[in-house]
Amino acid sequence: MDAGIVSYGAYVPRYRITPAEIGRVWGSDGESMGQGLNVHRKSVPAPDEDTITISTEALRVALIRGAIDPQQIGAIYVGSESHPYAVKPTATVVAQAVGATPNLTAADFEFACKAGTAAIQTCLGLVGAGMVKYGVAIGSDTSQGAPGDALEFSASAGGAAFVIGREHVIARVEQTLSYTTDTPDFWRREGQRYPSHSGRFTGEPAYFRHETECARRIMEVSGTSPKDYAHVVFHQPNGKFPQRVGKQLGFSETQMRYGLVTPYIGNTYSGAALIGLANVLDHAGPGERVLVVGYGSGAGSDAFDLTTTDAIATYDRSYGRPVQSYLDSGVELTYGVYAKYRGKIHMGES
Amino acid sequence: MSIARFWRETPRRYNLGGSKCTMCGTVYFPPRAVCPTCAHHRESIGKMVPFQLSGDGEVFSYTTVHEAAEGFEMQVPYVLALVRTVEGPILTGQIVDLAPEEVRIGLKVRATFRKLREEGRAGVIHYGYKFAPAEELPGPRPGGPRAAVGARTAPESDRASA
Repeated sequence: MDAGIVSYGAYVPRYRITPAEIGRVWGSDGESMGQGLNVHRKSVPAPDEDTITISTEALRVALIRGAIDPQQIGAIYVGSESHPYAVKPTATVVAQAVGATPNLTAADFEFACKAGTAAIQTCLGLVGAGMVKYGVAIGSDTSQGAPGDALEFSASAGGAAFVIGREHVIARVEQTLSYTTDTPDFWRREGQRYPSHSGRFTGEPAYFRHETECARRIMEVSGTSPKDYAHVVFHQPNGKFPQRVGKQLGFSETQMRYGLVTPYIGNTYSGAALIGLANVLDHAGPGERVLVVGYGSGAGSDAFDLTTTDAIATYDRSYGRPVQSYLDSGVELTYGVYAKYRGKIHMGES
Repeated sequence: MSIARFWRETPRRYNLGGSKCTMCGTVYFPPRAVCPTCAHHRESIGKMVPFQLSGDGEVFSYTTVHEAAEGFEMQVPYVLALVRTVEGPILTGQIVDLAPEEVRIGLKVRATFRKLREEGRAGVIHYGYKFAPAEELPGPRPGGPRAAVGARTAPESDRASA
């Protein structure tokens, strides 16, 4: 495959809340909960941020870094489970806001946390077939957990945008494949405000099975083993699951060090694996092999076997912020302000 | 504001679409059809071209709003600023991602894409530009004015890069 990542950008909102602060309100030991999940802080969107604004910010960074003319974009797909509208695409607003309209196709993707990686695969198909010059895939979310639910300790906000093309590729896609089954581990019914999940069932038969099977399959097809990769990125609903799956597959902590971002910003859902990949690309030099295995409940995994090219050495990352700065910075909120910002306070009808 | 009126202003609100006089080089936002700077205004007619502002600028002046405009109740106190863009025009916009006491005249800012307002829970959502600090943002401030009670930041040894 001669297509790959031409440019990328990530965005994480500025506010943070700690598990200890969440636990303080609900009478649970949030600090232990955070340590158990390996989540120290999670990001919180400002009241004027949503999946559309996060996607736009990430894509603007990607386009400026790659010096890409937005009019050359032939497709924009935004993967999210928190699209602001049930009907009216996120992708059209994003396309307009970056100046890519009107000669392109655009659509929203939904597949729990892997909608963004599904969008990358679709763009690879379009670019590979020569139908578009550039395809844009975005994974972005402002995820919510019900107040007091275990999900509330990790559900956060952020996103990353990837421009897929065939020229000036900084990370070539050697192989991509998926592993998909019908597994009811996590869902949100139409009209419901918060998602539901099946507790411990979200572990072994869901996340771990799909991640390990998909990773093993792509390494089998590529003829590789864990030692061939400089970096690995797994979906990261918390900080513990990806560490465990990495260990099961035979990856070291060094290989995972840049790809694991959830401990510092929480689970950004559709953005999670993609922000991890953006952090890897922030640090990678030429000729480094990267394995990415996303996961979406419902359930499926998308895997990518990437190799960075010589072009990454001259790729200009100076515009926008590196992922590391989002991991290190932020302003912590009390639960009260967090509840206000996330619309968890009933304001009455005016 | 009606949907149609807001929609007509999309190029301005989304992309800072202004205009530039090809005779004297002056940039305008919102866009103008005639250049008031040129000595002979009429000569500029037909010579104004679309021009997109970069979004970079600095705070020229500002005020802190405590009595919110409709739709901004969740954000008080918030800062409304006059931002002098690097291209020249002065824009009015909200400053986000910074506490009001941290805003100062001369602060470097960059346009950011945000929700401007929602037409109720079932209505359309309007988006457009606001301004966020372009300078390096401060790190976690557990002792700051918005610090969480009992909050704890990740110890250095827990960091992924460690």
